[in-house]
Amino acid sequence: MDLNKKYTPQTWPDHPEQVTMEGKNKFLGFWLFLGGETVLFASLFATYLALKNKGPSGMEFSTQTLFELPLVFIMTMILLTSSLTSVYAMYHMKNHNFKGMQLWLGITVVLGLAFLALEIYEFNHYVHLGFNYSQSAFSSAFFTLVGTHGIHVVVGLVWIILLIVRNAKRGFSLYNAPKYYTASLYWHFIDVVWVFIFTVVYLMGVVG
Amino acid sequence: MSSIAQKKGFGATLWDYLTTVDHKKIAVMYLIAGGLFFVIGGIEAMLIRIQLAKPDNDFVSAGLFNEIITMHGTTMIFLAAMPILFGFMNAVMPLQIGARDVAFPFLNSLGFWLFLFGGIFLNLSWFMGGAPDAGWTSYASLSLASPGHGIDFYAIGLQIAGAGTYIGGINFLVTIINMRAPGMTYMRMPLMTWTTFVASALILFAFPPLTIGLFFLILDRMFGGNFFDHTMGGNTIIWEHLFWIFGHPEVYILILPAFGIFSEIFAIFARKRLFGYSSMVFATVLIGFLGFMVWAHHMFTVGLGPTANAIFAVATMAIAVPTGMKIFNWLLTIWGGSIKVTVPMLYALAFIPSFVAGGVTGVMQGAAPLDYQLHDSYFIVAHFHYVIVGGVVLAILAALHLYWPLMFNQMLSEKLGKWTFWFFFIGFHMTFFIQHFLGLMGMPRRVFTFGADQGWDLFNLISSVGAFFMAAGVIILVVNIIITAVKNVPVGNDPWEDGRTLEWAIPQPVPFYNFKQTPLVRGLDTFWIEKQEGNKEGMTYAEPLSDIHMPNNSFIPFMMTVGLFIAGFGALYNGEKEWAVPVLVLGLAITVASMAVRSVKDDHGFHIHKEDLMNEKGGK
Repeated sequence: MDLNKKYTPQTWPDHPEQVTMEGKNKFLGFWLFLGGETVLFASLFATYLALKNKGPSGMEFSTQTLFELPLVFIMTMILLTSSLTSVYAMYHMKNHNFKGMQLWLGITVVLGLAFLALEIYEFNHYVHLGFNYSQSAFSSAFFTLVGTHGIHVVVGLVWIILLIVRNAKRGFSLYNAPKYYTASLYWHFIDVVWVFIFTVVYLMGVVG
Repeated sequence: MSSIAQKKGFGATLWDYLTTVDHKKIAVMYLIAGGLFFVIGGIEAMLIRIQLAKPDNDFVSAGLFNEIITMHGTTMIFLAAMPILFGFMNAVMPLQIGARDVAFPFLNSLGFWLFLFGGIFLNLSWFMGGAPDAGWTSYASLSLASPGHGIDFYAIGLQIAGAGTYIGGINFLVTIINMRAPGMTYMRMPLMTWTTFVASALILFAFPPLTIGLFFLILDRMFGGNFFDHTMGGNTIIWEHLFWIFGHPEVYILILPAFGIFSEIFAIFARKRLFGYSSMVFATVLIGFLGFMVWAHHMFTVGLGPTANAIFAVATMAIAVPTGMKIFNWLLTIWGGSIKVTVPMLYALAFIPSFVAGGVTGVMQGAAPLDYQLHDSYFIVAHFHYVIVGGVVLAILAALHLYWPLMFNQMLSEKLGKWTFWFFFIGFHMTFFIQHFLGLMGMPRRVFTFGADQGWDLFNLISSVGAFFMAAGVIILVVNIIITAVKNVPVGNDPWEDGRTLEWAIPQPVPFYNFKQTPLVRGLDTFWIEKQEGNKEGMTYAEPLSDIHMPNNSFIPFMMTVGLFIAGFGALYNGEKEWAVPVLVLGLAITVASMAVRSVKDDHGFHIHKEDLMNEKGGK
């Protein structure tokens, strides 16, 4: 099969990411990888719950005193929206609308950057309060869980930007369709993890 | 690229291996690297037994002894047993399912290099200020307090090697799900493939907890984290949970492929279809599932409470059921067979009683109240060596003889092989059987010496003598390999004459594209069926001869690994040397840049044309 063959919207297959053997393998392999990632985050969540509010005796910080929901709510909305925009991008990929896909991916990147900026602001704010990484077991667990998610956001952004730039002049092919598709899967996964972080860390921290 | 074999210079051959993505070459590299680590771990074992041969011995100091036992365990599990099994999986599984290669040849190469460099990183600790000394389990309460960089080498080295294993696991899973030849349904897959499949699934879910545990250790020791420090609110039991959530599935990651290897051997040399094939598959999957439910039986004495202990005790004993099914199926495969006692079959026959002994002591420890007595004694040492050596190592030695002709187109000497077997088998039981009694007499594990008045002299001496028998067996094996390599007599395909599965149908030496035409699988033991029907061609094929698509070689996996290796040193000396952070950044930059190159440069692979394939003699 010629991977560089040019398609029209009429000849473009329904599931372009799964036409070639490589595409099928990438699709399945990436789902499996996300399975492993789930266990990775599960371990981090379990550790966070075990160490929540634990610190040296007389520690002044707790989830109640530290977290402020409005900021985190905005971050959540931004990231959820970015997941939606990446769905639009995949919708355009299915319909062989390359420009539409690139545009929506671009919007996804902008939203991702906004999320990241707010997260950096949030972390910076905590550190200024004296709640730094080495302050307590609670701080280590918090920064490691939320920070690991943040690193995933960075990786996802770099990945999507590379795809946008690299393929800007080449359009769709069965070679790059699986790449776009797995990148969007990754972005959804990051979003799902954040939903759990929002619930377990922030909501249950402030309300529960 | 020409598919015709040419004489190549040393440099070209080296470059070929550094960049190869061929599963057969990667298998050979796994075997060589794993074999070297096996020898290193073996030497460490000999030092342990020399030290314990007589009471109040001062052959090694207490501190050095701790380093030796830690490195012995870590090396044998992570750097010897698993990679050697990965070697056999790589060599055999794609051929067994009639695939061109694994699903991700690039990742296969990356996985190997990560393992190798992780192993080298770990072992460099010997020359850079001392090896890790908190035992292979590296409990945080002990390892946080360990001075020097030993534990840091442990954590970072295993992190790098573990990433390689994780990648390999995903690769095997996708290969087996997506790349089976036409007709190869799940319930026609040979047991070696099935066990590779389940072991890979275990790797997928067991390694992330280890990754997290190791990260916590790295963060605590090098970057100011407080996960395990109770004065800062941390909890050291978290390490134990994470380690054993990984650690218990890990033993099944090791033993399941061993079961697969023995299942192949019993069927081949009893010249009978494997008895109870579907129950074997069921038992394999069930063991894989239950393997995740029992980790806390390593922690009975931690104080999780009677309820938790009872649940984990029952789950532990439940694993004996599917394992027992397997034992009976093997016995019934031999029953009434026309048995050929070759070297692989000798190992298989010896495996059954040895492994059952290890399983029985396992159930004994699964009884939580009794475990309070046995915990941290030599009884435990005896138990896990019975399952690991009596199961995994016997399987590795058996597979080495069984698959040697498949991998190298030569036959290891049966005569020397039998010498190896008897030395190793007798030495193994001599070393470890008596350790059960040492444990019951109260000898704790991990002690560097004992007193003359404790009454443990004779048994320890017998145990040490046994170790020398095993060493002699391994030396004979090395001699066997050298003699075979020098003689270099080609044997052709199906050298055991009774091969049943696809890998024995392939012409020797195996072409780099594997089967010229994808075979059609018509049943379980598909090659056997063709032979019974007198098929002169070897196999029935599923497609006409056509172009074959192959992946390009790549140097990027090596570069990515080198980057992580360099970054490892940066992390290790963080906060101590001023060059640490720049080195960490440099290393990660190399890795990320290599990944970006991989991402940006299109790699479509190449085609071998039909005409070239027809002209080639290697196929027939």
